[in-house]
Amino acid sequence: MAKITVDGQCYEVDPANNLLQECLSQGLDLPYFCWHPCMGSVGACRQCAVKQYRDEDDKTGTLVMACMTPVTDGAILSIEDDQAKAFRAGVIEGLMTSHPHDCPVCEEGGECHLQDMTLMSGHNYRRFDKRKVTHRNQDLGPFLNHEMNRCITCYRCVRFYNDYAGGKDLSAQASHHHTYFGRFEAGTLESEFSGNLAEVCPTGVFTDKPFSEHYARKWDLEAAPAVCTGCAIGCNTSPGERYGSLRRIVNRYHSDINGYFLCDRGRFGAHYVNSDFRLRSAKDSSGMTLSSEEASIAFARDTQKRLIGIGSPRASVEANFALRRLVGEDNFYAGFSDSDYEAMQVLLNSLQDQDFNCPSLKQVESADAVLIIGEDVTNTAPRMALSLRQSVRVAAYELADKARIPQWQDAAVREIAQETRSPLCIFATGATRLDDVATLRLNASREDLLEAAEALFVRLSGDSPHYREGVTGRTMQAVEETYAALLAAKKPLIISGVHAGVEAMRLASNIAKRLAKIRESSCDLVLLAAEHNSVGHALLLEEKNSLGSAFNRLKDEGCDGLIVIENDLYNRAPTSIVQAALKSVDTCIVIDQIETPTARHASLVLPSTSFVESANVLVNYEGRAQLSFQLSPCPESLKPVERWLNVEGSESTESLIRRCSTELAPFSELDKCLPHPSSVVPGAKFPRMSHRASGRTAMNADRNVHEGKQTLDDNSVMSFSMEGIQPLRDATVLGSSWAPQWNSNQSISKFQNEVNGALKQRNSEIHLITRNSHLDYYPSYSRTEGQSDEHKYLLQAVQQIFGSDELSARSKPVQSRMSDCYIAFNVESAKQLGATTGDSIELQDTGVELTLVVRADVPDGVALVYPGSSATGLSVNRFDLPKAAQLSRLDKANSEYGLGVSSLVVDDRVDVEVTTGAIL
Amino acid sequence: MSTLIKKSLFAKLLALVKDTLTSQVVSLWKVFRHLWVATDTVQYPEQQPYMFPRWRGRIILTRDPEGEERCVACNLCAVACPVDCIALQKTEDEAGRWYPEFFRINFSRCIMCGFCEEACPTNAIQLTPDFEMAEYKRQDMVWEKEDLLISGTGKYHESNFYRVSGKAIKGKDKGEARNESSPVDVRSLLP
Amino acid sequence: MNWEVGSGLNIASVLIVVIVIAAMLIWVERRLLGFWQDRLGPNRVGPFGLLQVVADMIKIFTKEDWVPPFSDRFSFVLAPGIIMIVILMSFSVIPFAPGVGVINSNIAVLFVLAMASLGAYSVMLGGLSSNNKYALLGSLRAAAQMVSYEVFMGISLLGVVALAGSFNLREIVVAQENGWFIVPQFVGFVIFLIAGVAESHRLPFDIPEAEQEICAGYHTEYSGMKFGMFFVGEYLGLVLISSLITVLFFGGWHGPLLPPIVWFVIKAAIFIAFFILLRAAIPRPRYDQLMTYGWLFLLPLSLLNLLITGALILL
Repeated sequence: MAKITVDGQCYEVDPANNLLQECLSQGLDLPYFCWHPCMGSVGACRQCAVKQYRDEDDKTGTLVMACMTPVTDGAILSIEDDQAKAFRAGVIEGLMTSHPHDCPVCEEGGECHLQDMTLMSGHNYRRFDKRKVTHRNQDLGPFLNHEMNRCITCYRCVRFYNDYAGGKDLSAQASHHHTYFGRFEAGTLESEFSGNLAEVCPTGVFTDKPFSEHYARKWDLEAAPAVCTGCAIGCNTSPGERYGSLRRIVNRYHSDINGYFLCDRGRFGAHYVNSDFRLRSAKDSSGMTLSSEEASIAFARDTQKRLIGIGSPRASVEANFALRRLVGEDNFYAGFSDSDYEAMQVLLNSLQDQDFNCPSLKQVESADAVLIIGEDVTNTAPRMALSLRQSVRVAAYELADKARIPQWQDAAVREIAQETRSPLCIFATGATRLDDVATLRLNASREDLLEAAEALFVRLSGDSPHYREGVTGRTMQAVEETYAALLAAKKPLIISGVHAGVEAMRLASNIAKRLAKIRESSCDLVLLAAEHNSVGHALLLEEKNSLGSAFNRLKDEGCDGLIVIENDLYNRAPTSIVQAALKSVDTCIVIDQIETPTARHASLVLPSTSFVESANVLVNYEGRAQLSFQLSPCPESLKPVERWLNVEGSESTESLIRRCSTELAPFSELDKCLPHPSSVVPGAKFPRMSHRASGRTAMNADRNVHEGKQTLDDNSVMSFSMEGIQPLRDATVLGSSWAPQWNSNQSISKFQNEVNGALKQRNSEIHLITRNSHLDYYPSYSRTEGQSDEHKYLLQAVQQIFGSDELSARSKPVQSRMSDCYIAFNVESAKQLGATTGDSIELQDTGVELTLVVRADVPDGVALVYPGSSATGLSVNRFDLPKAAQLSRLDKANSEYGLGVSSLVVDDRVDVEVTTGAIL
Repeated sequence: MSTLIKKSLFAKLLALVKDTLTSQVVSLWKVFRHLWVATDTVQYPEQQPYMFPRWRGRIILTRDPEGEERCVACNLCAVACPVDCIALQKTEDEAGRWYPEFFRINFSRCIMCGFCEEACPTNAIQLTPDFEMAEYKRQDMVWEKEDLLISGTGKYHESNFYRVSGKAIKGKDKGEARNESSPVDVRSLLP
Repeated sequence: MNWEVGSGLNIASVLIVVIVIAAMLIWVERRLLGFWQDRLGPNRVGPFGLLQVVADMIKIFTKEDWVPPFSDRFSFVLAPGIIMIVILMSFSVIPFAPGVGVINSNIAVLFVLAMASLGAYSVMLGGLSSNNKYALLGSLRAAAQMVSYEVFMGISLLGVVALAGSFNLREIVVAQENGWFIVPQFVGFVIFLIAGVAESHRLPFDIPEAEQEICAGYHTEYSGMKFGMFFVGEYLGLVLISSLITVLFFGGWHGPLLPPIVWFVIKAAIFIAFFILLRAAIPRPRYDQLMTYGWLFLLPLSLLNLLITGALILL
């Protein structure tokens, strides 16, 4: 620790950081623009000038930029010095010369870092009488608004978009006061993390477009700590509500998981809660709308029968637990497809094995060699892809350390690193969105990949692997290189996931276990689950109760009825089996938030709440159970699943969580994710509204001028009003950060122990799984030898970030980025079939038609199939697809009601007419 | 000691008598004389008082000199309102202008403090000298945008927000607002 | 119909006139206060706003007659009745003019004092039965104030009684035929005036019902006609004190040219106006100031007055 003196006050600070970061860590107010806690310093804006003195006798001092000055022991500084203040005021005055005076019509107004800093620096009147520079805006797609006039040229956008998130289609153009941040031509920003620009930009150049369509100021938004339902990562979000509808999602800082950034699926996918896809009232089989009481009566009548229940990986722990209690553990079946369920077993085993460590995203960022087997991380757990992009910079930091360049010197570190990257080895079929930072790509069919992984395992075991005849030298070389990289690494990380298949996960476990043995300590292993509560659901299941066994039981024994919660069975099994099962029962109760094909076949449909209307506990891929707080009062027609199921003694979510933790061993610590009683002042709550929320006496006055009592929240430590303990620096529950003088999201530094550190308030979470076993290796992989037909293509399902998730696919902004189901193969195959992107391709003998996307990197003999989403556009059931099929081009135009494939973003897409021989 | 107390007590009583005679009797006399002072009362409604233009009465929403709504739904009036009696929702028209989808003032709560007018960056919301707003039903004191919006400019005739701010709208492109140069050609190599 | 003291006609007309005057005082006071504050006062209802009283009556009678559920119902209803009855009873001994009055009593002065003491019960019961902290505070103050000031009120009268040699108010008036008692009993008059204001808890001594401090004090919970009875009771008290001053110190009905009853009314009216002027001009003292003033100043002074009067008579 170093000691520095700022304005006569002595502070103990970390010498590894720069002055600005340490001043902010100490809670001092120092203006800045270009510095970002995650992106280091470049010294572009000159806003953080402070006075530094040589020693105590030095009364003159020199101006230094705090963000570019390392902390030295005994440094004497002044923020309040007159010269420093005048300098900062001058800089902001310069930055503001072309600012367009449009705060009232700017979405950033009221949470604008530029507004905050202008006030903090003391500039308030425009003296510059020359003309303002103006710029034309671009249409940047459905997620972001662009208003270049507001730009102050801090370069944060391109530093995030290009340097941090690996985007390629945003750039700084022109020079000096003409500098322009945009695309070469107007069009959708392709990066999966583009939404973060709205938060990274210190002013309103990039703003959230869907939010703007039903805009409300930050101070009017009711906020609560929530957890994203987009994928298995469990990013922390801060949703905002106004007049009873969800307005937007912004990032909520979590030091271990999402840090400062979200992916676009998480940010824009939550708008499904406002969509027409939501179930808003109970219905019986004839489609008649039932009142809440009628529905409860109908439900109570149906539950007299012998029922089996099918849970769901997208329902909360409490919902699954309530169903399990209602139908009994023997009648409670998995909501996974059978193959996914098998994979989930591997995942659960890996979480209990002491040889492994399941890293948080922050730990992923520090992995110095990564192997991804089969999983397309960008499309299945997008936020992890962003962390993987940071992991390849570990090598750069090592170089910088050697050259004694501090890590926060962003430009210098990038300069010295050039293209040096830590190993990122991707074994995948077709191009992935991480290929640009990968040091090694093995592109082959799934079977070939698994074979290569098995070879790697054998190589790690010390034997030389036997390669099958026909295996190319490229594969052998890839295995060797990966082997060398993993062995050389201090912190190797193996990634696979449910979408890669159970074999890939077993192989990943084997490789990680072998590495652990070699290193004589645990090895990082990430097995990604598919949905936001996959792990929580799997933990509740008896191992034998797979979905297939449920269908068998329905077929063989014949049950009276079936309860399905928040699950679309058509996403879990072949259409014919599901249809047969649904037909075999008289009573089929479906409880769901959204209208699904399964719900259409139900005899009773009950509408459940989304994460906005009720609290839930979700367990992410690490086994981290997180509490997502209720955001707004629940409409009368909706109920949380657990309330519909009405387990006795479970009036509130909280009591159900406590019950779950006492009744079930794996969840014995679940109640610890509830806010600790000692942190709650008796009788006082934490408000969801800001202290400056407006319109209380007018918002409902059109219906009734007599103001009713505020809705009470008996179930949680939060209140629906602005009454209670304001979330100042050490509040227990932090829905949305705000501090005096800091209205923007940058105020989060006031809530952190230190910049980039943990929040002062603990997170509402608990790690459920303790590692207490040493499992054996899984049996080695051997290829199932089928008679390979030369004319047949192996079909492999792929995921898309926009569309593969059931909930977010029902969000309007996300839908404008979604595509129809498609089939992809390479240029050679396209030539053979005489087809080109956009044509219809038929899978012979199945009658399935798919739109073609020619993708240059798909291996020969393989066709990738994206099954689409049942929400909109054309889709197929991926379980209906054969393993391999003959393809033929159909001579007919594309279906008119589909979404097409034009909005699809894949790196190796070939749109040109290939039959003419033109190859890109 | 005891004499001191007695003395002071006596002095107190003397002071009391003196006070009664001077202060109380004098004020009685002074107040009594007001019988012959003309009253200040204005006999409203027969006699209409002069209302100063900046009187804080009934709130209106005004239009800019082009006849478009001035309100851009920035929410500043709502947040400035000490009794939270203003509620509105932003929306946008095809010209790119922001305007309130609904704008509601609950006059049964309004205290005519004028903070909303002071906060308004576009001079849209203005208080007028009209104070005769009594209603028989409280519900009738809730005014929507249709009730508030007038056809004129109100007190400030020239004010036109979009002619000053840099946001482009239909009929006013980038570079056409006050003190703006025409948009930069990014592809130009000229300095 | 005979027109003599105690006749039915006499009783009826005294009762009606006193109540009507008390009611009209509501209007008189508001108009007078208005003039003294450079306003007009109520001038809308009827000519010069005279029917304001009628409007007020209609309002007060049509208001919900609410008894708080947390109060002691019996005494809550009883309290406003007591004050009306007690003060109206006091009027029975007032000699308005020769032949005008209800009874000719030999103990009239004592009767008036006794009735005034009973009035304290009304205020105390009203405050206590309301079961409200402001009402309780108000009734505590009222009890202390009324009990204290009754003492000097009584003593200050004894000078007059001694001079007239009778407790009979009629005889006291007759005794003033050749000179009003204000001259020999000026000190007694001043003390009686002050004690009278305090006794009827009119401003500036309205400490038991100080709106700004204790939210209308003992009648906080009262509304409708029950409040109206307290309200009219206060004005009746005002008329009573004015009448008593006229009778005791200003020669009652005596005066040249005009009929006796007119003289009485003129004199009483002047004091009523004076009481209203007091309200307009003098601010309310603190509670402790009121008590100190009473016990440390008025009590010795009134005793001294009695002593000197007695001595002079004996000499």
